Amino acid sequence: MAEGRLHVGIGNPLRRDDGVGPWIAQQLNETGQRARIWQTDGAGLIDLFDTEAALVLIDATRSGAPAGTLTRFDAIATPLPRPLFHNSTHEFGLAEAVELARRLGRLPARLEVIGIEGVDFTPGKGLSEAVRETAARLVTALGEVG
Amino acid sequence: MTERKITVNALARVEGEGALNVRIRGGEVEIVEFRIFEPPRFFEGLLQGRDATEAPDITSRICGICPVAYITSASQAVEQAWGVEITPEIAALRRLMYCGEWIQSHVLHAAMLHAPDFLGLHDVIAISEVDPELVTTALRLKKLGNDLMEVIGGRAVHPINTRVGGFFKAPDSAEIVALLPELEWGIAAAREMALRFARFDFPEDACDYIFVALVHPEHYPIETGRIATSTGLDIAVDAFHAHFMEEQVARSMALHGRMRNGSAYLVGPLARYALNRARLSDTAKQTAKDCGLNEVECNPFKSILVRMVEVQYACEEALRLARAYVPPDPPSVPLTPRAGTGQGCSEAPRGICHHRYEIDEAGQIVTATIVPPTSQNQPQIEADLERVIRASLALDDAALQWRCEQVIRNYDPCISCATHFLKLSVERG
Repeated sequence: MAEGRLHVGIGNPLRRDDGVGPWIAQQLNETGQRARIWQTDGAGLIDLFDTEAALVLIDATRSGAPAGTLTRFDAIATPLPRPLFHNSTHEFGLAEAVELARRLGRLPARLEVIGIEGVDFTPGKGLSEAVRETAARLVTALGEVG
Repeated sequence: MTERKITVNALARVEGEGALNVRIRGGEVEIVEFRIFEPPRFFEGLLQGRDATEAPDITSRICGICPVAYITSASQAVEQAWGVEITPEIAALRRLMYCGEWIQSHVLHAAMLHAPDFLGLHDVIAISEVDPELVTTALRLKKLGNDLMEVIGGRAVHPINTRVGGFFKAPDSAEIVALLPELEWGIAAAREMALRFARFDFPEDACDYIFVALVHPEHYPIETGRIATSTGLDIAVDAFHAHFMEEQVARSMALHGRMRNGSAYLVGPLARYALNRARLSDTAKQTAKDCGLNEVECNPFKSILVRMVEVQYACEEALRLARAYVPPDPPSVPLTPRAGTGQGCSEAPRGICHHRYEIDEAGQIVTATIVPPTSQNQPQIEADLERVIRASLALDDAALQWRCEQVIRNYDPCISCATHFLKLSVERG
């Protein structure tokens, strides 16, 4: 089992705000935090749960809330709202992976899921301003926690 | 005349998004439209002017589930255009990586997306509550496929270690040997899962399909072969466009594939199995028999069983190739760009994936034509829907909708491949 908290930024950087998770993971890497990018294969996240004791999963949300809205879930304590974390075109996204792992008893000891509301998911690079501002603040906050 | 209307706005448990519109009036099926509304992604256009060596990497991005199919077909097309012959070691390594894609793609669809249909459950999470062992096994099998792709391709999704002519780096023998125990487990696990699925209550259905698949004199076709049909056609990959065509229909952003005579046809597991059953291993053939599959299976609802037979075969084939693995040295063959046209075709998990490139003297792509399996299957999916709806009119709306979705999922359609993203609307009166 790996030591220390691993941050996982989920999303596609080529679909603008969907790339907020990978953007944060990259920033955290540059400040020495354990972080990695996860672009597809939601089911594969469960294998990651088997090897990490503490995980922070960061993904874009698309709920209609104002751009940049931050939502944080202790996924060990609370089931994830699937409509909020179901952005995979391949029918097996973050919410499905977490809830399947919960039923199989394969969740890690600690699992936080952080969502940042996106507004622009069109093809292309770069984050919307409000999303980027929230993401930058989150990088600082996660860095302070260590 | 009474009218009934059923509407589903997003078909679940398929790769990508699209819609189905059905109208039934006076017991007659008036309209069946499998509608793909995702905007086209213009891959064929953006390939123009790009170096032909980029084609495998660019086209692999068409799909996160079957990137190896695109890598392989694109590589073969460019290699043909440039007169490149890959070594047997490189060919074996390609087939080994492709086995990984079949395993992970088939298991994802069969156990996680398709099995809920037969169990009357909403999704795989619901399966995990009644049969956690099945889900655990499926996840382990899927990981095995991913591991094969990662060891050989550098990563499980959109591999990066492949190139026209071979690989950038040959995996160490030790990395391949390390996969052997899990492959041995996978053979038994896949067979057990196939037998478990064989106990499902399959709807009665049959169709006199025109099956189209690769055929190969020695192997069950995965990465190479000639193109054959159940009607007796047997052609080289280069002759594909002389016998098959794509047409635009207003209701779909994806082109519809047909034979030049206008017939719909079927590609994928049922077609491969129908034309190549004799090339399966004896053990995989035994599993097919034990599952109750006919030698030519015409019930599309039983495609889930053929998929699991193919998973068993892929594990066996991967084990054979892994045991015989010799790192290709060099890992790729030299390339000399020249003007020409090349075509490649391989068996994606969902069926044949054909690429054709016209390349100029500088090695740049002039035109690209990519025919993915789901585009080819669209007319047959609509024909299946019409036949099954006609036989299922006694079902209430909810049950009929469920049956319709099941028909589509029989195909493991990759709408992302056909263009990208489904909604279902049924009207009847």
